[in-house]
Amino acid sequence: MAKSPEIEHPSKAFGWAARDTSGLLSPFNFSRRATGEKDVTFKVLFCGICHSDLHMVKNEWGSSIYPLIPGHEIVGVVTEVGSKVQKFKVGDKVGVGCMVGACHSCDNCDNNLENYCPKMILTYGAKYYDGTISYGGYSDTMVSDEHFVVRIPDNLPLDASAPLLCAGITVYSPLRFYGLDRPGMHVGVVGLGGLGHVAVKFAKAMGVKVTVISTSPNKKKEALEHLGADSFLVSKDQDQMQAAQGTMDGIIDTVSAQHPLLPLIGLLKTQGKLVMVGAPEKPLELPVFPLLMGRKLLGGSCIGGMKETQEMIDFAAKHNITADIEIIPIDYVNTAMERLLKADVRYRFVIDIGNTLKSSN
Amino acid sequence: MAKSPEEEHPQKAFGWAAKDSSGLLSPFHFSRRETGDGDVTIKILYCGICHSDLHNVKNEWGFTMYPVVPGHEIVGTVTKTGKNVKKFKVGDRVGVGVLVDSCKRCESCQQDLENYCPQMVLTYNSYSQDGTKTYGGYSDIVVVDEHYVLRFPENLPPDAGAPLLCAGITVYSPMKYYGMTEPGKHLGVAGLGGLGHVAVKIGKAFGLKVTVISTSPKKEDEAINRLGADSFLVSSDPAKMKAAINTLDYIIDTVSAVHPLAPLISLLKLNGKLITLGLPEKPLELPIFPLVLGRKLVGGSDVGGIKETQEMLDFCAEHGIASDIELIKMGDINMAMERLAKSDVKYRFVIDVANSLSQ
Repeated sequence: MAKSPEIEHPSKAFGWAARDTSGLLSPFNFSRRATGEKDVTFKVLFCGICHSDLHMVKNEWGSSIYPLIPGHEIVGVVTEVGSKVQKFKVGDKVGVGCMVGACHSCDNCDNNLENYCPKMILTYGAKYYDGTISYGGYSDTMVSDEHFVVRIPDNLPLDASAPLLCAGITVYSPLRFYGLDRPGMHVGVVGLGGLGHVAVKFAKAMGVKVTVISTSPNKKKEALEHLGADSFLVSKDQDQMQAAQGTMDGIIDTVSAQHPLLPLIGLLKTQGKLVMVGAPEKPLELPVFPLLMGRKLLGGSCIGGMKETQEMIDFAAKHNITADIEIIPIDYVNTAMERLLKADVRYRFVIDIGNTLKSSN
Repeated sequence: MAKSPEEEHPQKAFGWAAKDSSGLLSPFHFSRRETGDGDVTIKILYCGICHSDLHNVKNEWGFTMYPVVPGHEIVGTVTKTGKNVKKFKVGDRVGVGVLVDSCKRCESCQQDLENYCPQMVLTYNSYSQDGTKTYGGYSDIVVVDEHYVLRFPENLPPDAGAPLLCAGITVYSPMKYYGMTEPGKHLGVAGLGGLGHVAVKIGKAFGLKVTVISTSPKKEDEAINRLGADSFLVSSDPAKMKAAINTLDYIIDTVSAVHPLAPLISLLKLNGKLITLGLPEKPLELPIFPLVLGRKLVGGSDVGGIKETQEMLDFCAEHGIASDIELIKMGDINMAMERLAKSDVKYRFVIDVANSLSQ
């Protein structure tokens, strides 16, 4: 018979977990494995709340295993390293993102694309190599194979850099892969939330002209004055959209709700690229004529490999890029989830684990 | 008052045109402009029947201006040249494809991508710079600015080579642009018609492994034994499709009917590319999750620029690639259109214009 979460591993751990599809989180005693020879153990200080966490606690994708501890934007300080660990030592500031394991032998792994490995293991809600379920960062400690740990440079504040571990890499990777990172290019960012606001910052740091495309006119001031976007388009305003036809080299589309693609394809220049990083559940309508008439393309992207994630963190450190966050205590988490559902946050909640997650033991 | 098609230009011309959305073609007298200083006048020998011609004569895309003389896979002989013409002389074998003019100044034109110029003029059913309508190759002569005329290689058969001017460039251009030229990589060709069969031939010439994806099991023998494809996948067979998941580096999708994209996307490997070339009347359903999880893309492409069209013709001449055709007389055009609507042709009809177009 499978051991209970509290005793299946030797090190006590405490976190907040969802128990059922209501998605409500509550205190949860569990355990972490002992620090293996290649493992890094760290005290979790902060964990970002990603919209994926909300999908998962409510089992919206149908893959959730309860009890579920979410959290894959995890930062903290190393407390122990295994005997074969080379890159980290006690006291280092580190982070773990969306993955904690992969096969290390397929083509994708060989090409630093662990995120596309068919045997990739997610940070939470997935079966680890030892058969136990992985638990995420809404908890007091993390144990991770060194390969999946990134170093957080000293000049980056830990709390505001936590969201980079998912939101950051999710938008950084396609800006590079689809070649939308060259100075002078014009890139649109659809949706100004956790992903969108970081996309604006990265693109500006790459020397790219940025237009935010949003359904909410009241985000305009923020976008231009605070985030540094060059212009703002209200997607429901036909005149504005028409005037911007054929002006963008690329668009990063962060919206996961159903939405029309035709107006976005129209904004692209000839040979423009529409990149989807939000993933609507149902198929979208693809108008084929405009795609052909301008030799345009529509592609997807999903987080990034470990090498690129470190590169992204280092780029952020160099350009002083962090997420705009609202720090919350752990017992606010259910309210934060409700607000997240209404997109009522600028632009990521980050849980102050270090100061507010205390076991009752 | 606008002049009639017969009177608007000084050179008499004769062809077959559709007059309404029944799409039925019949004899039609019209006229061509005088051979301008930069123009070439061409006596038309052969003209391929492209599926776009069928869409146009029936106004399926909603922008046909009747009367329409279709035809943009034209091969002929130069009979007159304007005084500034440098590339051609009388007697040369030449081709004309899908476009006959563009602005020549915009970024696309400057990059030899006249086919993406916002002011591109199509060979038929389009407006010329002088405000008159263009008429296509189901006719005896055509007058074209030399820039948009292709030199037709001697060792390419003029009848079987005609379809290359649209079908050929339509598949060649995206195969180059989207990087489908690495020997050993695996290409899927969806749909085995006018575009598809040429894509198989060009794919093999690039050194690719080629799998034909089709709804018709009967096409397997042809695909493998005659066209040289390496394998054949029946898209309506779920077991076979499942076994082929994650095997293709790219897919050229030539199907113009509305069809599901999800099964094709699942055949692609990581970073795989699905290039859609057919022009369905309605939007297609696109699942986003598989694109995100596999970093895959769906792209479009529309014929090619003039420079690339010439490159394609020369490539085909070098590799002995031409279309598989059924030669017909102009009088049989309506019957051919009916058969084309049922995909009953292997794989392009070509009109023997010079020998069968009589007034």
